[in-house]
Amino acid sequence: MVWYILRRLLQVIPVFFGATLLIYFMVFALPGDPIAALAGDRGLNPAVADALRVRYHLDQPFIVQYLIFVGGIFVGDFGTAFSGQPVSEILAATFPVTLRLALLAVAIEAVAGIFIGLVSGLRKGKLFDSSALVVSLILISVPIFVTAFVAQYIFGIRLGIARTTVGIGAPWEDLILPAFVLATVSFAYIVRLTRASVIENLNEDFVRTATAKGLSRRRVIRVHILRNSMIPVVTYIGTDFGLLMVGATVTEGIFNVPGVGRTLYQAIIRSEAPTVVSFVTVMVIIYLVANLLVDVLYGFLDPRIRYVK
Amino acid sequence: MSNNTPLSRTHFVAPLDETPLVAVDKVSVNAKPSNLYRDAWRDMRGRPLFYIAGAIALLAIVVAAVPSWFTNIDPQFCNLDFSNDPSSGGHILGYTKQGCDVYARIIFGTRTSLSVGLLVTLIVTVLGVIIGALSGFYGRWVDAVLSRISDIFFAIPYILAAVVIMSVVAREARSILVLSLAIGLFAWPSTARVLRGQILSVKNSDYVTSATALGVSPFRVLLRHVLPNSIAPVIVITTIGFAGAIVAEATLSFLGIGLPSEVMSWGKDISEAQGDLRNNPMTLIWPSIALSVTVLSFILLGEVVRDALDPKARARR
Repeated sequence: MVWYILRRLLQVIPVFFGATLLIYFMVFALPGDPIAALAGDRGLNPAVADALRVRYHLDQPFIVQYLIFVGGIFVGDFGTAFSGQPVSEILAATFPVTLRLALLAVAIEAVAGIFIGLVSGLRKGKLFDSSALVVSLILISVPIFVTAFVAQYIFGIRLGIARTTVGIGAPWEDLILPAFVLATVSFAYIVRLTRASVIENLNEDFVRTATAKGLSRRRVIRVHILRNSMIPVVTYIGTDFGLLMVGATVTEGIFNVPGVGRTLYQAIIRSEAPTVVSFVTVMVIIYLVANLLVDVLYGFLDPRIRYVK
Repeated sequence: MSNNTPLSRTHFVAPLDETPLVAVDKVSVNAKPSNLYRDAWRDMRGRPLFYIAGAIALLAIVVAAVPSWFTNIDPQFCNLDFSNDPSSGGHILGYTKQGCDVYARIIFGTRTSLSVGLLVTLIVTVLGVIIGALSGFYGRWVDAVLSRISDIFFAIPYILAAVVIMSVVAREARSILVLSLAIGLFAWPSTARVLRGQILSVKNSDYVTSATALGVSPFRVLLRHVLPNSIAPVIVITTIGFAGAIVAEATLSFLGIGLPSEVMSWGKDISEAQGDLRNNPMTLIWPSIALSVTVLSFILLGEVVRDALDPKARARR
């Protein structure tokens, strides 16, 4: 197990440096000036522009910029946002909110998705299955910002049972609607994934053996089918963090959830390129760490994975 | 596969009262040998879903190619007198906040979505197939280097990468090509990975060994034998990726970092309508429907293709 974790860690390190270097290289190599973009068409006072360049180290050679950034990460310094506030301070305030939203969304999509996928798989070809299939395909096709607006309109404006924007401190009950919106896309994938593996497992020998031993259908389903069908779902939830991150940016922006995603959303809308770059970098790091955690967890859940090469 | 496949389709079994010679005559030498793609095509033609999704996708392509067939209203002509007005004669879906015709803007926005979809798909497929094929087929250090590179690109979710690129790139440099590059340059690793895995499982097949033994050069073996036998999952992922590219374009346009202001886009129209969600929701809903239905049609096509190409998926439906 220790070797497995170490090996995964060693694999992540080059990816981490590569990905951050790539982002910094892109910003450096692309035509266009992130500082000029801040001022729109009128242009900045040269003195202000120079001061901003110094603040974001844009006057330094590219590799120095990158080393300053990477060095900073290891002491918890992610640079300065356009508002002058350190990014780490903004993160400390916003990350817990995003984490709560994400946990709520993952819980919704996992519980609902696995349950509906299981029932669909057991009743393959029946009405429930076909309706679930149609609904999941529609949910996959509707972009998340459309889902967000439709949910806001129906539940917030028409029915009036939820608030269209999240209140101060982001109480749990305000996060439910954004979490449902954030969960929709992955929910559909989990339904399909669970359904597919349930159908495959139904024909497995161990299921026939379990039935032949005289186990009740309920127990066969719970212990033998469901548990084995969960393996690909757990992997999916791990790789799904990328989608979740993009979704959180849009959802938090639309529902005004005071999280990491909204900070990025507002920086994008106001074209504050330096802030966009730091927050995307932060999200990439979160994504890598989350994937690493899921992989380690996966090693605990499924012993086979630890011994592969 | 299921039991309902008649045995006679795979083995000719002569009836008992026939002489073997007649039986041999019945086996047509000229019959076209079946292959995966021909089987898949026959399977697809038997599914109503293929026609529905195909018809919608075809309609979208025709609208994108000749929008003037579908409306004679100038989508760029806006009159604030009509701001947020409901539908009236000739303007079936009403007006936007700026007083432009909603229907005409949807019709003319189709081309943007499909162009980005097409360009991104091209970029992703070219990069993904070249990189995936080289790393799967040549293995060793080629594979080690290319796989690490694709790990790095994979670590940055492609929409976030596009957000960075489009935020930094100069406003006047924004165009459909730049936007497609921004999305495509980070979306290829999944294609490369799928193809690499497929090639790894194909490249030790007997027909590959025999081609090599006959003295065929490795590159030709890759092109003539390995690629055609491992490309099927790439076709599926490409169809679904087309839908993903359309969503990515709409998302970036929605965030205001997509295309220059004179290019019409569904994402941009949705973004502009969001302030009036309370009093005029339909201005937001119509372009949303156009976007979702187009995406759905390509996702459904991807489903049909997957079912047709993958016998395992066929058994699941």
